[in-house]
Amino acid sequence: MKVHVFVTPKKNVLDPQGAAVSHALESLGLRGLKGTRVGKLIELELEAADTPELRAELDRLCRDLLSNPVIEDYRYEVASR
Amino acid sequence: MSRPPLPPNPDPVLNQPITAALVAKHGVRPEEYAAIEGHLERAPTLTELGIFSVMWSEHCSYKNTRPLLKGFPTEKQGATPEFGRVLVKAGEENAGIIDVGDGWAIAFKIESHNHPSAIEPFEGAATGVGGIIRDIFTMGARPVLLTNSLRFGELSSPVTQRLLRGVVAGIAHYGNCVGVPTVGGDVYFDRCYEGNPLVNALCLGTLRHDQIRRGKATGVGNPVYYVGAATGRDGLGGAAFASKELSAESASDRPAVQKGDPFMEKLLIEACLEMMAVPGLVVGIQDMGAAGLTCSTCETASRGGAGIEIELDAVPQRESGMNSYEIMLSESQERMLVIVERGREREIEAVFAKWDLHAARIGFVTDTGRMVVRQHGVVVADIPADALTDRAPVYQREAREPAYLATTRAWTPAGLPDLDATGIQGALPRLLGHPTIASKRWLYRQYDHLVQHGTVVPPGGDAAVVRLRLGERERFIAVSNDCNGRYCYLNPYRGAQIAMIESLRNLVCTGAVPLAMTDNLNFGNPYKPEVFYTLRECVRGLADTCRFFDVPVVGGNVSLYNESPEGAIDPTPTVAVVGLIAEEAHITRPFVRGAGQVLVLLGGWPDELGGSQVLGLIHGLKTGDAPAVDLAAEQRLQGWLLAEIAAGRIAAAHDLSEGGLLVAVSEMLFGPGGAVQPAVSAGDGAATGAGTAGLGAALELTGASVARLDALLFGESQGRVVVAVADSALDAVRASAERAAVPAQVIGAATADGRLAAALPGGAAVAWPVAELRRGWETSIETAMARPRRP
Amino acid sequence: MTIAVLQFPGSNCDQDAFHLFASGLRLPTRYVWHKETSLGDADLVVVPGGFSYGDYLRCGAIARFAPVMGAVQAFAASGGLVLGICNGFQILCEAGLLPGALIRNASLEYRCQDCALRVEASTATFNPAALGAVVRLPIGHGEGNYRIDEAGLARLEAGGQILLRYLDNPNGALGDIAGVRNAAGNVFGMMPHPDRAFERFHWSQDGLAVGRAVLATRFPELALKSA
Repeated sequence: MKVHVFVTPKKNVLDPQGAAVSHALESLGLRGLKGTRVGKLIELELEAADTPELRAELDRLCRDLLSNPVIEDYRYEVASR
Repeated sequence: MSRPPLPPNPDPVLNQPITAALVAKHGVRPEEYAAIEGHLERAPTLTELGIFSVMWSEHCSYKNTRPLLKGFPTEKQGATPEFGRVLVKAGEENAGIIDVGDGWAIAFKIESHNHPSAIEPFEGAATGVGGIIRDIFTMGARPVLLTNSLRFGELSSPVTQRLLRGVVAGIAHYGNCVGVPTVGGDVYFDRCYEGNPLVNALCLGTLRHDQIRRGKATGVGNPVYYVGAATGRDGLGGAAFASKELSAESASDRPAVQKGDPFMEKLLIEACLEMMAVPGLVVGIQDMGAAGLTCSTCETASRGGAGIEIELDAVPQRESGMNSYEIMLSESQERMLVIVERGREREIEAVFAKWDLHAARIGFVTDTGRMVVRQHGVVVADIPADALTDRAPVYQREAREPAYLATTRAWTPAGLPDLDATGIQGALPRLLGHPTIASKRWLYRQYDHLVQHGTVVPPGGDAAVVRLRLGERERFIAVSNDCNGRYCYLNPYRGAQIAMIESLRNLVCTGAVPLAMTDNLNFGNPYKPEVFYTLRECVRGLADTCRFFDVPVVGGNVSLYNESPEGAIDPTPTVAVVGLIAEEAHITRPFVRGAGQVLVLLGGWPDELGGSQVLGLIHGLKTGDAPAVDLAAEQRLQGWLLAEIAAGRIAAAHDLSEGGLLVAVSEMLFGPGGAVQPAVSAGDGAATGAGTAGLGAALELTGASVARLDALLFGESQGRVVVAVADSALDAVRASAERAAVPAQVIGAATADGRLAAALPGGAAVAWPVAELRRGWETSIETAMARPRRP
Repeated sequence: MTIAVLQFPGSNCDQDAFHLFASGLRLPTRYVWHKETSLGDADLVVVPGGFSYGDYLRCGAIARFAPVMGAVQAFAASGGLVLGICNGFQILCEAGLLPGALIRNASLEYRCQDCALRVEASTATFNPAALGAVVRLPIGHGEGNYRIDEAGLARLEAGGQILLRYLDNPNGALGDIAGVRNAAGNVFGMMPHPDRAFERFHWSQDGLAVGRAVLATRFPELALKSA
């Protein structure tokens, strides 16, 4: 199975990269841009069954390693084969 | 043809017939193809064709320049058994090594990564840094410093801005992460480099004599190890000859440029140095650079007079289904080839396990002199190793003096109006603000120039100075990179001489005695006789000057084909000279330290305009002859200056270069002083660094016996240095200069009124607020590179 | 007294930190490899600068799970002295031993430059009286932008946990914060490098005083020594 983990800066945390990308998009002509946040996509290829236990483990790993809860939010999607 | 053909390659795609078109796509000439068949005594396989094409390419074989490079002096005549012997000569190994006394030595070299940086500036520059670092630690040395020479088009062009941003970020990314300080270098902006940036990176490392390791395979049966990153399809997409037909993998999946991993390189440095410290374990070691596995395998075999057999299935691969062509030609970074003493395999594996790195045994040394490559047990390449190296073709190119030289050389300023006071008033800030002359702080504040806590003179001086820990001893080493390409365009022989003497002068101004040099020859297409002429003359100029000053070449690099449809770059033979400073007290900086210090101009009044920045900036002219060179006078000046520095009579020293006398004096007033420079941000109106507040200079030039003011104030005559001397030492300095036949002219003194003022021949006077001059100098590049802010 | 300097894959200021204490402050100092599970005898644990694990994922995110960090957690919990410099500061924040987090410089560029820092009254030995009102230490980082939520910042201020503030903010850090300590006062972290401000030829030798101020928290006799 594939797990896609999305890690993004928390809404109220400064995102210098997002700001820079916003400016660049506007200078390329994009109108009406209200905001940009730059995050990460982490793709996992797992041989495992989609169980509540797995999801709990994924949550723990997202909190402990893949994201820094002080400054980031995470969510993940499990895609079947 | 006496040898039977090899069995079919395991990948059917590689068994297609070799057509004339395919040979041409590999950049192999018909006569070269015939030579290949001669060496192999049969037709080559496609894998072998790829191997020959890369080993016989200009980049690997130096086929069009080898005869020229033989002209360089590679030994130090004045070396003694205690100091200065060249231990590994230019051309022998990955980098040269010279003794610095007490059983210690330094390894250093400069190398280019121009074309990849034009395509992908960040990764091109980053992998250039990675490559040169590997060339140093593969010799057994710990890398301790980096410098770089960069050339770009005009900074006002968006292409240049993009390239500059990417290149600097790439160098910073790699050097900072790997933990080697980037302490200096030089940067020029000139239209001739538009679209053809130059990125030359230098690395220097230290080692004891007994730590020297060579890239040679010896000892039949000794295992051959592959250590470092896994192999992928890096670099194959960019090869001129790589095409869809050569692999099942689609072209879009093959990265055109190599991507560097400085973290991996840091681990590799530590693991390799640890491995090389085990007595007798490492028989030979070489990094995998261009066409990694191919080059390292045949070169180590060739140097050792041995053969090597490898099995590609043992090579760590990070992509599936790679065929032999791809594996042999891959440019994946951060990989080394190590020949290990037979029976001691477990020791090398233990070191690499500690660092969590691959150490795969991929083959063994033989006595056949042939490089034999297998995949899945099937022989896919079987080539005499020296056919790829020592017996690669060598060509004598045709040289013809470019027609334009007759015109430019004959130019005189006779028809050109001199600058009046108003013109001079405007010219100085313009010159100081020109990106070639302006402060490079925007660049070097992105480089970690302090890691390893040994940087004594950081970027911004005439030369970088670093404290080396050599066992229990401390030594101070200075490095300067130089080359004014415009002078080389106007007079190739003399322009190259100037690159050399400028570098020597920069070292001497820092208190260092020049020891040895490395050079990177950056030129256009050598098949154009005019370009080859400039190459030949520049090499001659460098070699003659090296010989005169007994500064041997310990290694270097050649980069050709730096041109676009508009034409070639200016001939740019970048030079980097390394020297040692005898005592810490001799370290001299270019900055005036206080009011009252007397300013003395050494070498005579400047009086030439040819090739100068002022001629280009104010009059839009790139013409004239390069400034005159007098090697004997230069030697007298440099020897005298070192002696005066040792005697403690020189408070500051700065040589004249681009922008001439007034630019040099201005720069002497722009030191950090005792105050911290606050961070400067463009666009927010913040004041620039105040430095030593109120420092200025009053120049009295009315006695100058020159015909033109512009040549006096901004001309780029060689062999000129301005020193700041305490009033109390002035008489001694003048007397000693006279005895040494070094022209010395008091031109003024430092003041505390915050103004740079000059009384000129003919009665005019000019003056500027130093803070204003400094602001323009400091913010020029930063302003050009500032990202647009939200209104 | 022994100083332990940790070494992770990719640490590149471990030698600098070692020499600050060994050559600069002339104290017995040794390295501890990241795979060790015990610190051995140590009075101060220094987590050095560099690019541990290449700064991959986030600076310090992977280093915090190294085997040796378990020992560091226990050491800190029992009141042991810990100093994180640059990447070390990032690792301690990721490990939860210090509050807040470090993100990318506002300029999006690495910055290597000398910095003037205002010394805050933070502990009995780390304060303006001991160190002077301003110290000079170089920075060298791409991710030194200190961030913490409102409540956390209020706690830092109220608890006097801020050690140093930039006089001229080079990276956008909240409140110009360059270094902090934990509430208990035994774990210190700072982005500027005392390990680049101690040699006679360095711009400043203030790194010696800063190192001493940290050590004096536990060993007050060191506070009395002059340079």
